[in-house]
Amino acid sequence: MAHRIEVKYKVFDTREKVKEKELKNSGFLIETVELTDCFTLDFNLSEKELQKIAEMISNPVLQEFKINAQLAGKEFDYAIEIGFLPGVTDNLGNTAKEAVQDLLKKKFEEGVYSSQIYFIKGINSKNDAEKIADSLFNPLIQSAKIKSKKEFETGNEMNLIIPKVELKANPETSEVNLNLSEKELIKLGKEGIMDEDESRRGPLALNLTYLNSIKDYFKKEKRNPTDIELESLAQTWSEHCKHTIFRDPIEKVKDGLFKTFIRGATEKIRKEKGSKDFCVSVFSDNSGGIIFDENYLVTDKAETHNSPSALDPFGGAITGIVGVNRDTIGFGIGAKPIINKYGFCFADPKDSTPIYKGENFSQKMLSPKRILEGVISGVKVGGNCSGIPCPQGFMLFDERYKGKPLVFVGTIGLIPRKINGKLSHEKKAMPGDLIVMLGGRVGQDGIHGATFSSEVMDSKSPMAAVQIGDPITQKKFSDAIIKEARDLGLYNSITDNGAGGLSCSVSEMAKESGGCLVQLEKVPLKYPNLEPWKIWISESQERMTLSIPEKNWIKFKKIMDKRGVEATVIGKFTNSGKCIVEFNGEKIMELEMDFLHEGLPKIPLKTKYDKPKNEEPEFKEPELNEALIEMLSRNNIAGNEFISMQFDHEVLAGSVIKPLQGKGRINGDATVTKPLLNSKKAVILTQALNPTYSDIDTYHMSASSIDSAVRNAIASGADLNHLALLDNFCWCSSNEMQRLGELKSAVKACYDYAIIYGTPYISGKDSMFNDFKGFNEKGNPIKISVPPTLLISAIGVINDAEKSISIDAKIAGDLIYVLGKTFNELGASEYYAMIGEKHGKKFIGNNVPKVNAEKNKKMYLSFMKANEKELISSAISVHRGGLLVALSKTAMSGMLGMEVSLEKLKTETKRNDFTLFSESQGRILLTVNPEKQKEFEELMKGNEFSLIGKIREDEKFIVKGINGKEIINSDVNKMLEAYKKTFKEY
Amino acid sequence: MTVKVLVLSGYGINSETESKYVFDLLGAKAEIVHINDLISGEKKLNDYRIIFFPGGFAYGDDLGSGLAYANKIKNNLWNEVKEFVEKDNLVIAVCNGFQIMANLGLVPAFDSDYGKVNVALQHNETARYIDRWVDIKANKKNKSIWLKDIDELSMPVSHGEGKFYAEPEILDKLEEKGLIAFNYVKGNICNYQNLKANPNGSLKDIAGITDESGRILGMMPHPERGFQFTNRPDWPLLKEKLKRNGKKLPEFNDSMKIFENAVNYFK
Repeated sequence: MAHRIEVKYKVFDTREKVKEKELKNSGFLIETVELTDCFTLDFNLSEKELQKIAEMISNPVLQEFKINAQLAGKEFDYAIEIGFLPGVTDNLGNTAKEAVQDLLKKKFEEGVYSSQIYFIKGINSKNDAEKIADSLFNPLIQSAKIKSKKEFETGNEMNLIIPKVELKANPETSEVNLNLSEKELIKLGKEGIMDEDESRRGPLALNLTYLNSIKDYFKKEKRNPTDIELESLAQTWSEHCKHTIFRDPIEKVKDGLFKTFIRGATEKIRKEKGSKDFCVSVFSDNSGGIIFDENYLVTDKAETHNSPSALDPFGGAITGIVGVNRDTIGFGIGAKPIINKYGFCFADPKDSTPIYKGENFSQKMLSPKRILEGVISGVKVGGNCSGIPCPQGFMLFDERYKGKPLVFVGTIGLIPRKINGKLSHEKKAMPGDLIVMLGGRVGQDGIHGATFSSEVMDSKSPMAAVQIGDPITQKKFSDAIIKEARDLGLYNSITDNGAGGLSCSVSEMAKESGGCLVQLEKVPLKYPNLEPWKIWISESQERMTLSIPEKNWIKFKKIMDKRGVEATVIGKFTNSGKCIVEFNGEKIMELEMDFLHEGLPKIPLKTKYDKPKNEEPEFKEPELNEALIEMLSRNNIAGNEFISMQFDHEVLAGSVIKPLQGKGRINGDATVTKPLLNSKKAVILTQALNPTYSDIDTYHMSASSIDSAVRNAIASGADLNHLALLDNFCWCSSNEMQRLGELKSAVKACYDYAIIYGTPYISGKDSMFNDFKGFNEKGNPIKISVPPTLLISAIGVINDAEKSISIDAKIAGDLIYVLGKTFNELGASEYYAMIGEKHGKKFIGNNVPKVNAEKNKKMYLSFMKANEKELISSAISVHRGGLLVALSKTAMSGMLGMEVSLEKLKTETKRNDFTLFSESQGRILLTVNPEKQKEFEELMKGNEFSLIGKIREDEKFIVKGINGKEIINSDVNKMLEAYKKTFKEY
Repeated sequence: MTVKVLVLSGYGINSETESKYVFDLLGAKAEIVHINDLISGEKKLNDYRIIFFPGGFAYGDDLGSGLAYANKIKNNLWNEVKEFVEKDNLVIAVCNGFQIMANLGLVPAFDSDYGKVNVALQHNETARYIDRWVDIKANKKNKSIWLKDIDELSMPVSHGEGKFYAEPEILDKLEEKGLIAFNYVKGNICNYQNLKANPNGSLKDIAGITDESGRILGMMPHPERGFQFTNRPDWPLLKEKLKRNGKKLPEFNDSMKIFENAVNYFK
């Protein structure tokens, strides 16, 4: 019989007050909130055992408990209990179960389930209670029970939520008939295999050409495919896994965009660098690896987790960050994750107009604010619990991220270059090696993740794609692998289980040996009777696949047992040329390795690129003191220290330049971290993106993202000779010629600019269908597509952390310089957007910033020389919001005023506002000790630079215009208030 | 003789590397030991003189911070731990380690009653995780070896449940017996970054306490995470000032002093 233990604070519970405030802020007229934590233990226990357990899971100083009895709120009108749906990861329940087993020294088959009851006073009707419940839970992962006080006190049905998964016994593998009409085949590809009850299993994301190749293959084999074979092909061939759009020939680019422009750039740069090439492992592994010093490599990888984050922001984001950590653990024979980073593109959190996935106001999407809060919370829990600092990141807002947010997550790793005398980035599964699955168990969470994200999100998007990460399970095996098993040389190869689950990880590794034989019934499951095809493609989290020589297995298994990590042999790598899967002795899958990996036909892509002609905005110059304050409080400029202060960025003790800089605690563009405590070497990280520029020209969008990333890094002290890039494309509607035209142009720029800067790409990822198809608040069909977005991340290695540069003005009297030239480049700028909003219009214009990389490169090299001599006291890259924003951040972070004059600025602009807000690339704002003026200017000779003013002793912020007249007279405190107020209540 | 330090790890503890590093740097011999190796008997507490309970997220703090890990110790290692602390040995517990120790009743342990739970670390008053720097002042009344010659130090905090809580009579007793080790104060860093002194709403601004012997120290701030000069949020400004005065940059932050005291105790 099941038991229930309820735990409640007897002293002040902060969580209650905070929830109360949140609900009140959301407009609910409630009075108080009380909270009870519930644990339902689905197994037999004696009274004595229950007492011991209750004492263990509660804190005697803070809490009280009751066993099999209600611990209700003192005063309430309604009680709302939130529990998980069957099969959803319940970390609290799992930990409780582990603790109970350790306490009683007994093993239990059944589970412990957690739930929470909110006791709320001030609710007048069931209808209001339902509305409040809506804001407390997510129906995709949780269930809610609502009871009035009377119902609560009389009935006891609220007392048990047992979300146990029960599946039909004796799961089978079925055959799929491909001899269908074209229409039926298309439907099969789009909606999935049909079950007996005529329901569909969810998208295969296989188009007609692919399905026809599969049909031909099985015609030769003289049989129909099994469901698992078809599902397996769908995973491996998905856009998500094979990146077909970057692979396929695209007009004259016969080898495809990736090979030609991305890898092509890297290869050319590496060749040109010759002996100074610092790339070690690029594009071939889960992360890219570059030289850190003579003994270590650093790795970098950035991922997106957009579609899941739209549906369950917390689960999507935590799965994203914990997943990209595994791309580090899966680099070479296992790198240690040492730094996380994030980037979030959201719609305005103040936008409360609903949108729906389904017709007739069904399947309401979560509001931008809930998505924002859930995503931040997910990355926080995932990163903090894993003990990986997360200093680096950004938020960017645009209404077009309302259907699907973009959630970028990345991880930097560290690995010795040689382990046991062997190069650590090389790995190879050998025929005869055991296939070992490590970490979490497999359930039906995360079915069709890979194929789901390769499609437009609409009402048919599967719910099973939602998962919740469990960072502690991962931390346990991460430590056991990286800190113990790796250095004993016990395994030959390792990879992460991500998209496509085992079907992708095992068949990828099988390429190294030449085949595999899997016994699927050996895979440990979260609950019995999971169908074989689901076991094979499930994306259940926190798993790695390893290739272990038979002779090492016992030793390996012993280490994992000691560390509480589950490791299971699920088959063998072979050289049979085939990927064979058996289930209870029956062969259910047999595919030629060649066909599985190389069988997908190339589909030539066609493009067109009709460049938009935007109306040129016409407006009068506004009052600039006001414009300054308004600009500083815009979503895209304002500070978000609420994120920086809840993401642990100090763990591992390597932080040098932190997310918040100077006295004013201003978000900088780059962060600096020391990976090794006994070395002064450090890594500089930064990210840049300019998606609005795509509204004018994607080539220049791409170019400016690259220049911004490089410049952000340089301004923080990076060495251009040891700087690498990562590309993350988040596109939309990539089956349309225009979108492909925009893409081609953007990727071409990636090549052109990386070559000039000599900055190789070491890793990348793309997500090509960030579109939402649904219905607006009136029930009319809408499609929301993200603006074509390219995130460029830069990772640089520097020799001396003490030579990294912060953005804050430091000492009164310091001289203020602008490097580079300002042009009339306000197209798609933050300033135009701001003015447009005032006019109730979208102001875009056409003068998109253009990058002169040759000129910039020369300047960046001079900057580096000046920094080598420590002549630069502060520096900041000029980008979104232009020069005025950069000046403001310098002043606010230093809490020092300044006086500058645009008279002396090298500029082509004729208006003060254009001069201050132009987003021309290639500019750095910096301050210099006046005693070093001569030395600095000497070093900068041959570059365009302007001395425009100096730092004041007080907090006055004064700007004189191009004609020498004062145009801004403000105060740093007032500016700081504007900069901070936007996200103050978050 | 080189003093041996045991740095505990496993199940989500995550600061063991830097915790070991600071002790090694000072000439001690620190070893990271997984809790399961203590439980199995492969490693023995008796072989060490200092235990470091480092920060982290043991068991994801799922049951309340430090609770599940404390239970694991209570269920499997309690006698050994009790024996260890009753001898002339030292214990430092930081952040999650402090939460574990509070749940174990190793501090304040009035009248050497090790095991009695008297204090708790509860959710921050914002109910939100916080990562920032703080300034802490040593309590002159506390004669703990860990606090020798320490006045004020700066270092990071990073926790979701760091609000020090105890019943009023317990708080009085802590004050009376001089067991408060550190209080949050508005010092160098708070003034520099314009932050309030108390980051989490701790009662009486308590940042750390000791047991009555002064050999056991539990604290929320992280002396091991902020031990280098370039960890300080204000280092770029300090650097500029030092440079212009023709001075060299120091290598370490002041938080190292805590560990020096421990290593010197065994010299």
